[in-house]
Amino acid sequence: MTLDRAKLADMYYRMWLIRHFESRARWLFQQDLVRGSTHTYTGEEAVAVGACAALNRDDYITSTHRGHGHCLAKGGDPRRMMAELLGKATGYCKGKGGSMHIADLDLGILGANGIVGGGIAIATGAAYSAKVRGTRQVVVCFFGDGAANQGVLLEAGNMAALWKLPVIYLCEENQYAEFSPSRPFFAVERLEQRALGLGMEGIPVDGNDVLAVYETVRQAVERARAGQGPSFIVAKTYRWEGHTVGDPLTYRPAGEAEQWKTPERDPIARFGKYLVEQAGFAPAELEEMNQRAEAEIEAAVQFAMDSPEPAIATLWEDVYA
Amino acid sequence: MAVREISYRDAINEALREEMERDPTVCILGEDVGRYGGPFQVTRGLYERFGEWRVRDTPISEEGFTGMAVGAAMTGLRPVVEIMYNDFVTLAMDQIINQAAKARYMFGGKARVPMVIRTQGGAGRGNAAQHSQSLEMWFVHIPGLIVIQPSTPYDAKGLLKSAIRNDNPVIFIEHKLLYVTTGPVPEEEYLVPIGVADIKRAGDDVTIVATSRMVHFALQAAGELEKEGIQAEVIDPRTLKPLDIDTILRSVKKTGRLVVVNEGHLTGGFTAEVAARVQREAFDWLDAPIMQVATEDVPIPYNRQLEWEAMPSVADIINAVKSVVYR
Repeated sequence: MTLDRAKLADMYYRMWLIRHFESRARWLFQQDLVRGSTHTYTGEEAVAVGACAALNRDDYITSTHRGHGHCLAKGGDPRRMMAELLGKATGYCKGKGGSMHIADLDLGILGANGIVGGGIAIATGAAYSAKVRGTRQVVVCFFGDGAANQGVLLEAGNMAALWKLPVIYLCEENQYAEFSPSRPFFAVERLEQRALGLGMEGIPVDGNDVLAVYETVRQAVERARAGQGPSFIVAKTYRWEGHTVGDPLTYRPAGEAEQWKTPERDPIARFGKYLVEQAGFAPAELEEMNQRAEAEIEAAVQFAMDSPEPAIATLWEDVYA
Repeated sequence: MAVREISYRDAINEALREEMERDPTVCILGEDVGRYGGPFQVTRGLYERFGEWRVRDTPISEEGFTGMAVGAAMTGLRPVVEIMYNDFVTLAMDQIINQAAKARYMFGGKARVPMVIRTQGGAGRGNAAQHSQSLEMWFVHIPGLIVIQPSTPYDAKGLLKSAIRNDNPVIFIEHKLLYVTTGPVPEEEYLVPIGVADIKRAGDDVTIVATSRMVHFALQAAGELEKEGIQAEVIDPRTLKPLDIDTILRSVKKTGRLVVVNEGHLTGGFTAEVAARVQREAFDWLDAPIMQVATEDVPIPYNRQLEWEAMPSVADIINAVKSVVYR
């Protein structure tokens, strides 16, 4: 593993950026400033940050309804994201997409997706495209344990394996599928066993260990670029909050979430401990990064609040190219 | 020199071949489109010419390969997907409706999804309920999609070439009983513009708007009506979305009478849509109620007599015309 100090710091910073972003998104939703529904990524930061750390700027990702973390990890601008949550003209989608549809094609972010599993075939097609165009681009397809039960995973995954497409299916097993625990919906013992039916090896990884995720995805990227085809990784993690902000969480055992928020399991605390004990970071440096991330998110909220509403005439724009 | 005549199938094949020669990002995905040449032999010879990466035989996975085309289109290819029967689009609807049609708008205009979904529909061949539908209106309903139904080899070739060059998702619906029909197609390159109707026959007494195979039924009916001194104008919209309503309105303002023919079901169908638009925009010019000729609201049955009874016929069109010209 070759991660220099600056890269490690960037990863730590991005994890805090995600956590603060979600904290403010939750608050803005509670103030009725974010409409519809919004889904927070809190507690899963290590998956997006670890995976995107293994990618180049021109590599692609497809994201999910719980997509803020993926977007920030791939380099998305928190100001334009926050503005989109508030439906403003300066948002990534000019206020037309909202929380579930943030995309930045210049950064290879092919979109969050409101359909569970909606990114799976798109990611596979982007990988097909990279192959036909003769680039070295790879695609990371984020999806959840809920989406793992969508039929499109069999269809697209099979084709990716058949044609050795440069795509990495990265299942975030956060243990919940919308408003239910996900475990009762799997006949297999472990989710990674699903990969066998697609002609791939299923690779489990501790999804709360950002360096483990990074290393696992890095190896998959290497295989993909070498023409060795797709990978199927299952990152074991935990969704700290409800399916949506405002979810009463009646289906979750009392005390369960607290067991995942301990310093031993919280992905940010774990990574911080590593940085101090094994990478020579001072605790004060980490605290400074945390505060800088918080300030960047505060500035993003302010930017969003100060931004104009889209003009009514834009309603009819961009239906067709 | 007379213009050569080729089949509707060969016209589509030529369009694909020419566009693939012209643009290396055009590629085909679908079931049996490669080595076998397509279930209706529309893609024959292309696999040999362009190879497996550009003419891809896929597993029977409509949602998977249609969604792949969306991702490929967003990242620099111009995929042409073949869905063997339009009835099978049901399996790919999320990719078409929620992904392809929405990506540009919901991402704030940044995405382009230049893809074509070629499929074929229509009854009359004994294929029964799951292989005979005319589902064009499902797509006409969705903003972000373009919907094309060519009735002649000339239109099929020129419109498919335009569709492949267009930067939006295009639903291109052929008709299973038109593949073997022939018509003039010039050797030299041409395009037929999207969104422009064609007057297939001029007349002053009544306007018949018809789509796909029904254009030929309408022309037959017009031939019969002429014997009785009724001159029908037959308009083929060619593109159902966006609809060239101006050409239809101009004709209706001349004839004062309108019959709309479409092979989809009557309820909620294309005939209702055209009727609504025309009464809204040309009410004062109408001299008779607008008549709709469409498929009965029943699944397409297998038995020949039952199937023909369910579908629009030339006689149905003649009767509808007579009822509006009051003869």
